[in-house]
Parts: sequence; structure tokens; C-alpha cells
Amino acid sequence: MHEAPLLRVRDLTKQFGEACSSCDGGENLEKNYCPTCGTVYACQNISFDLYPGEILGIVGESGSGKSSMMQCLYFDSEVTSGAVYLDHIPALAGKNVFALSSQQKRAIRNQQYGMVYQNPIRGLKMDFSSVGNIAEKLIAAGNRHVGDMEAVSKSLLEHVHIPLFRMKEEPRNFSGGMQQRVQIAKALSNNPPILFLDEVTTGLDLSVQANVLDLIKGIQRDLGISMIVVSHDLAVIRMLADRTIVMLNGSIIEDGLTDQILEDPQHAYTQQLVYSLL
Amino acid sequence: MTMLDIRNFGKQFTIHHLEKTIQAVEGVNFSIEEGEFLGIVGRSGSGKSTVLKSIYRSYLSDAGAILYDSARYGKVNLAKATEREMLYLRKYEIGYVSQFLNVMPRTTSRELVEKALLEMGETEEAARCEAEKALDHFELDEALWDTYPNTFSGGEKLRLNIAIATVKKPRLLLLDEPTASLDYASKMKVREIIEKLKANGTTLLGIFHDIEFMEGVCDKVYDMRTRKVTQEVAIASEG
Ligand SMILES: Nc1ncnc2c1ncn2[C@@H]1O[C@H](COP(=O)(O)OP(=O)(O)OP(=O)(O)O)[C@@H](O)[C@H]1O
Ligand SMILES: Nc1ncnc2c1ncn2[C@@H]1O[C@H](COP(=O)(O)OP(=O)(O)OP(=O)(O)O)[C@@H](O)[C@H]1O
Ligand SMILES: [Mg+2]
Ligand SMILES: [Mg+2]
Ligand SMILES: [Zn+2]
Repeated sequence: MHEAPLLRVRDLTKQFGEACSSCDGGENLEKNYCPTCGTVYACQNISFDLYPGEILGIVGESGSGKSSMMQCLYFDSEVTSGAVYLDHIPALAGKNVFALSSQQKRAIRNQQYGMVYQNPIRGLKMDFSSVGNIAEKLIAAGNRHVGDMEAVSKSLLEHVHIPLFRMKEEPRNFSGGMQQRVQIAKALSNNPPILFLDEVTTGLDLSVQANVLDLIKGIQRDLGISMIVVSHDLAVIRMLADRTIVMLNGSIIEDGLTDQILEDPQHAYTQQLVYSLL
Repeated sequence: MTMLDIRNFGKQFTIHHLEKTIQAVEGVNFSIEEGEFLGIVGRSGSGKSTVLKSIYRSYLSDAGAILYDSARYGKVNLAKATEREMLYLRKYEIGYVSQFLNVMPRTTSRELVEKALLEMGETEEAARCEAEKALDHFELDEALWDTYPNTFSGGEKLRLNIAIATVKKPRLLLLDEPTASLDYASKMKVREIIEKLKANGTTLLGIFHDIEFMEGVCDKVYDMRTRKVTQEVAIASEG
């Protein structure tokens, strides 16, 4: 049997800065930084596959390049080099989606992807109602029928446990946990096969965190959406992911089944991460 | 048919911050035929759990081969199988039970058993029905079905663990000291459960410090000290 991945990422590289003769290609760095020219190598040759219905965890310390990678995947920022393939879409089979036109990228974003940002300010218009935020995404995905959109928004907000009487309210009045739940509802509104979640629970109280994690697990179980879940917190990854990738200084240093990463970590950095969890 | 064939298996752990490498176990060879129950015995620290966890791939082995005859893939070396293959095998073919309950928090016993069935593609209806049958079969008090298992006794946790692993009807079941810390009555119950699993054709590999207790159910014993398989339980447990 050969199972086909939904998303293939190959040698994704993102650098901030022009590089110089000393660091060209990522040599002579201090962590991810060239002391000579100041170029930051945020992601270096990141490659992995995402399979249908799975939650893939990505863990790594602050600055390891997790958000930079997610922003490249979601076309929020331009990659320096590398490729992503969405082979399940016949018209895109074998094509590097980073090389497509901005219009085609927008279509992929609207129809294939959902994103939950580390900072809700990036994902939500704080002065729109929650329903309005979701409608905006639905319109981008091609919906035009106002009545339908309102009904879809309501059922999504209900699904993420936002009480009916608060749906018309602006998310800026909401708690952090509620804002993340509105972001999740918005990200799900176009029925995306692929969902990116960047530190969804960071900064939330433990009980609120648990509530959001249960919601994500439920979405995977009920809707079978494939997800990339990024967190610097191994406990979050342990709860959610079947497979886990460990990043350090912009590179993947280890990957494996999540319980194997936890019980038999190979790399010195992963061991340090696991021991600090116990 | 040989279900599992372990050849020259070895495993070491490198602890980087101590700059230390421990050879946990090496030179392990044994095989299990379909439907057999093989017990592993050996002193504490001899590497018994390491063997089981490496079969389940919670540990990465670094020497030898772990050849498993899969219904889906045919012969696979579990030491080298892809992560996705391992996840498939864990979902449908290979179960693992220890005395420790390692489950999703805030999930009731009933939900845990149902989840095991749902992830195999059973309908909600069938999962509900099968889960109740399993909880009942392993004699978990009905009052506990809709509560979180973190406060359960050792015996209750174990019976729930066995229920979660066996509703999937795994072809190969790995048992890591399932009777440790149980009283006599609970141990008898585990023995009965194992007898039933065996009668259903499940291949079993188990670690037991009191293997005599499994006399009559256990077909062969692998002794970590002599590195040999014997047919009789009593002989292995002597030295
Ligand atoms: N716009 C930018 N200009 C320059 N450097 C940047 C920019 N954005 C990110 N970086 C740098 O890229 C590296 C990776 O940052 P990134 O935000 O991807 O890390 P992260 O793994 O998401 O960290 P955290 O866990 O703190 O969210 C860091 O060294 C960061 O300083
Ligand atoms: N995750 C691990 N990291 C480091 N060392 C380990 C790990 N797991 C096991 N070991 C070491 O490997 C050796 C074998 O341990 P293992 O748990 O397999 O023994 P065992 O035969 O199951 O013992 P017991 O009867 O006490 O359960 C021991 O020296 C142990 O310390
Ligand atoms: Mg980040
Ligand atoms: Mg042990
Ligand atoms: Zn430079």
C-alpha cells in the first residue's frame, strides 16, 4: 500500500536579509543568525508530508522558525526557496504552489486552507462582529447568499461554544480563549481540508487551554480535517498529535511518532525538552 | 505461520547531557507462531519492557530486525516501518497494554473504548454497543463507565486498558506486566481474559514476573538470562 500525502513540503527555506559571502547557504551562523551581515535564517530546508486526517505536531523553542514556516505555507510571506505540492488537486498535481500566480494562491488559500494565528489580531477584524468575521471568509471563498452565510456562521460559532446572544458582538470584547474559538470557527468556515494552527493555546489559562484542545481534537475526529499544529509546548503536542517534528534554529532535528519522541528522544535538544516536561 | 520473528535485536540509549550510552539489551532472538502465547521472564532491568516498546515503536531499536507478518502489508520490519505504517498497525493490528493508563485527559471510560472503535471506522451505533459489551465483559463496574479513569484503582485501570486494546480485536497483543500490583482475585480475572483472547486466536506476547501463574495458558517462555525459549513454564521460572 502506498498512501498519498495531502500536502508535501520540500526544502522550504525562509531568510530575512540578503546573506553575505560569510553565511551564504546558511554557513557560519550563530543559531539562525549571521553575525557578519545580520541575515536571519528562519527556516532551512524544511521537508515533511501531511497525510489525510492526521494532526502533525511541530514543536520547538521560541525563534525556531515555526511561525515563519506557517506564514510561508499560508502565503502570508514569500518563501526564499522551496516547494509545496497539493497533489490531490488534479490541476495542481506535481506543481509547486509557491510558483503559482497570486490569484491562484488566493484561490488555494480560500478553498484549501484555514489558519489560526498565534495572535488573534492577525486572524480577526476586532471591530467586526464575530458573524461578520466569518462572513468575510465565506465571501472570499465565493459565497454570496446572505441568509446562508448567517446560518453557517451561527452554526460554526455554536460548534465552538460561543453563546448565541454574543454572536453579533465584536471579538475585541471577548476573552483570549473566546477569540481563539472565533478564529477556529472562521478558519473552518470554508470547509478546508487543511488547517494550520499556530500556538492556539499559548497565553490561555490552563482550563481554557484544555477546552480549546478538546475542541480541536473533536474537529479532527468529527470532520477528519488534516492539521499542522505548532506549539513550543510539548504538552499540547502530546495531547493532539500522532506524529511530531522537532525544530531548532530553523531546521528539523528530529521526527517520529509522538509517544516515541516523548519516550525515546534522540537529539540532545529534544531530550532537554522532554526532561523539562517530566 | 510465524507472526513475529525477532532477530538479534538490540537497543541502546544515549543520554546526551550525561554523555552516557547505556546498552539496554542485545542479542535477543525468538519467534511466535500465530495464536501462541509467549511469556518473557528476566530480572529487573534486563530489558523486557524495552523489547515490547520497541515492537510497538515507542522505542526506536538500533540493531537487528523485528519481523511482523501483517494482514495489511505482509512481512514488515517494525524497526524500519514508516510512521504512518506504524500508526495503521497500532490502529488495526497490534495492541499494547501495561499497568499504566496513558489516555486522553477528560475522557470517560466509555468514550475511550468508543474512540478505539470509531478510529477503526465503526459507526457510532456499533461503537456504542461494542463498547458497552467490552466494559461489561471485563467487569468494569457500570458506575464507572461515565467517569474519568484517573481516580480508578490499579485493577480497574488495567481492565479498562485491556478493554480499550481488545475491542479492536488486535492480531498481536503485547502485555507488559498486566498483573503487577493486583490482588489474587484480579489476577485470576486477567488470566481468564487472556484465556478468552487466546481462544479467539489472538497472538500474545507478555511480560510476567510470576509466570507460573500463567501455567496452562502460556505456550512458551523466553528467559532473558539464558536467552533461550523453553516450552515449560515451570523450568523457566526456576533459576
Ligand atoms: N520580519 C522579520 N524580520 C526579521 N527577522 C524575523 C522576522 N520575522 C521573524 N524573524 C526571525 O525569524 C526567526 C524565527 O521566528 P519565528 O517567529 O518563526 O519563530 P517561532 O518558532 O514562531 O517562535 P515563537 O515560539 O516565539 O512564536 C526568529 O529569529 C525571528 O527573530
Ligand atoms: N527510555 C529510557 N531511557 C533511558 N534508559 C532506559 C529507558 N528505558 C529503559 N532504559 C534502560 O534500559 C534497561 C532495561 O530496562 P527495561 O525497562 O527494559 O527493563 P525491564 O526488564 O522491563 O525491567 P523491570 O522488570 O524492572 O520492568 C535499564 O537499564 C533501563 O534503565
Ligand atoms: Mg511563533
Ligand atoms: Mg519492565
Ligand atoms: Zn551573512
